[in-house]
Amino acid sequence: MRNRTRRLFLLALLPGLLYAAPSTTRQAELRNLLYQDCGACHGIRLTGGLGPALTVDALQGKSREFLINTVRNGRSGTPMPPWKPELSDADIAWLVDLLLNPEKKP
Amino acid sequence: MKGFLLTLLLGMCLPAIAAPLRGTGDLGVVVERADGGLLVVEHTGDTILSEISGLGDLSHASVVFSRDERYAYVFGRDGGLTKVDLLKGKIVKRIMQAGNSIGGAISQDGKLVAVSNYTPGGVRVFDSDTLEQVADIPADYGAAKPSRVVGLVDAPGQRFVFSLYDAGQIWIADMKNPRKPVITRFRHIGHLPYDGLITPDGRYYIAGLFGDDNLALLDLWHPEKGVKSILKGYAKHDKKLPVYKMPHLEGWAIAGRQAFVPAVGEHKVLVLDTGTWKSRGEIAVHGQPVFVMARPDGRYVWVNFAHPDNDTVQVIDTESHKIVKTLKPGKAVLHMAFTPRGEKLWLSVRDDNRLQVYDTATLKLLKELPAKKPSGIFFTNRAHQTGL
Repeated sequence: MRNRTRRLFLLALLPGLLYAAPSTTRQAELRNLLYQDCGACHGIRLTGGLGPALTVDALQGKSREFLINTVRNGRSGTPMPPWKPELSDADIAWLVDLLLNPEKKP
Repeated sequence: MKGFLLTLLLGMCLPAIAAPLRGTGDLGVVVERADGGLLVVEHTGDTILSEISGLGDLSHASVVFSRDERYAYVFGRDGGLTKVDLLKGKIVKRIMQAGNSIGGAISQDGKLVAVSNYTPGGVRVFDSDTLEQVADIPADYGAAKPSRVVGLVDAPGQRFVFSLYDAGQIWIADMKNPRKPVITRFRHIGHLPYDGLITPDGRYYIAGLFGDDNLALLDLWHPEKGVKSILKGYAKHDKKLPVYKMPHLEGWAIAGRQAFVPAVGEHKVLVLDTGTWKSRGEIAVHGQPVFVMARPDGRYVWVNFAHPDNDTVQVIDTESHKIVKTLKPGKAVLHMAFTPRGEKLWLSVRDDNRLQVYDTATLKLLKELPAKKPSGIFFTNRAHQTGL
């Protein structure tokens, strides 16, 4: 709980990026979506496929805003679809933070 | 001496203890993708025979079978190529042949296994017996990096045919001399070919194009005529939807003179005439189709869908083009497979961790089996189907 409060506090310092973390149930759904559905193109271990790798190394130098925008709106000219019809801004921000700070185990 | 006698005695008893002889024509494998494992299954009694682990990253795995239907070759995302003995339920050999791969094929004579790779982009060919590499075909096309390769199939005449995703090309590799493949290249076939298929007779190779509103067709009886564009502008008047899962062309449904094809980014199945390759109509369906598969007798076509409609399967009458049934098998239906003569269909329900078996005449659920995040289902009869 304290962690979450601190996280919210830190995020509040970044205008436009504030979000409430999704519920635990939703987090489980999102984690499954990331590894299974995003994984269909990006690899279940996020090491890439038809889509680029999404490992921490591969994402070096890409800003959080850029990643959020890519997930939200897709990338035209590539198969990356816009996820905004499916995911809320909070969902997307949580997923991007998960990519930037991955857990030990999926 | 006593020990020796005991060993001798045990040795004599062993054949009696060992499993009874069995064939492999009713066997298959199911990919458990989260765990990098396989289930060996049989579809006479619809049971699981064994479980095999240690196959690496199977997030986009596909499988081909040896012509004696005893061995499965499993192509993993991580570039792993694994040969599995179905009778023993064991890995025979496993190699890491590339950094990132997407699928493979087995040659007409069964002696060569080819893998299509993303990293490094190209095709590598292996001896099906030993898994020793016999040929390397980098997909060089003048760019800094070789192209990623998709839609690899085998074709009559000991050939492999595949598409270059980044380059927009189709290549034929003639493997009559396995160590010296002869390559024929077809350039400018369209943008971003994402998968390919060969018709069951092995005559036509068709690539689906993500970047264009048409398909690319190559007549392998007349490669000199080049690649033809078919179904041009099939989606011109429709609003394209975001595509949450690339459709698959493998197992393209051909029923009589009709071919049933998933439309990219649309809630439609396209129907083509296989004589003229012109449109014979469209069928509105529940979501964006992923697999469109014909029952072996061609009477019905079963369709599953991309996220977020992947809880549904629809059955289409190939004569009337009407949907006869909408099934809700569960969360994330990933793949389907008919038994060789089509009386049953198996499907995988990934997020419910189970397999389901349906009677394809009554469309009733016959049985459920537990499986961990199941994806692809592959039965051994694919061993004798060109392109699979």
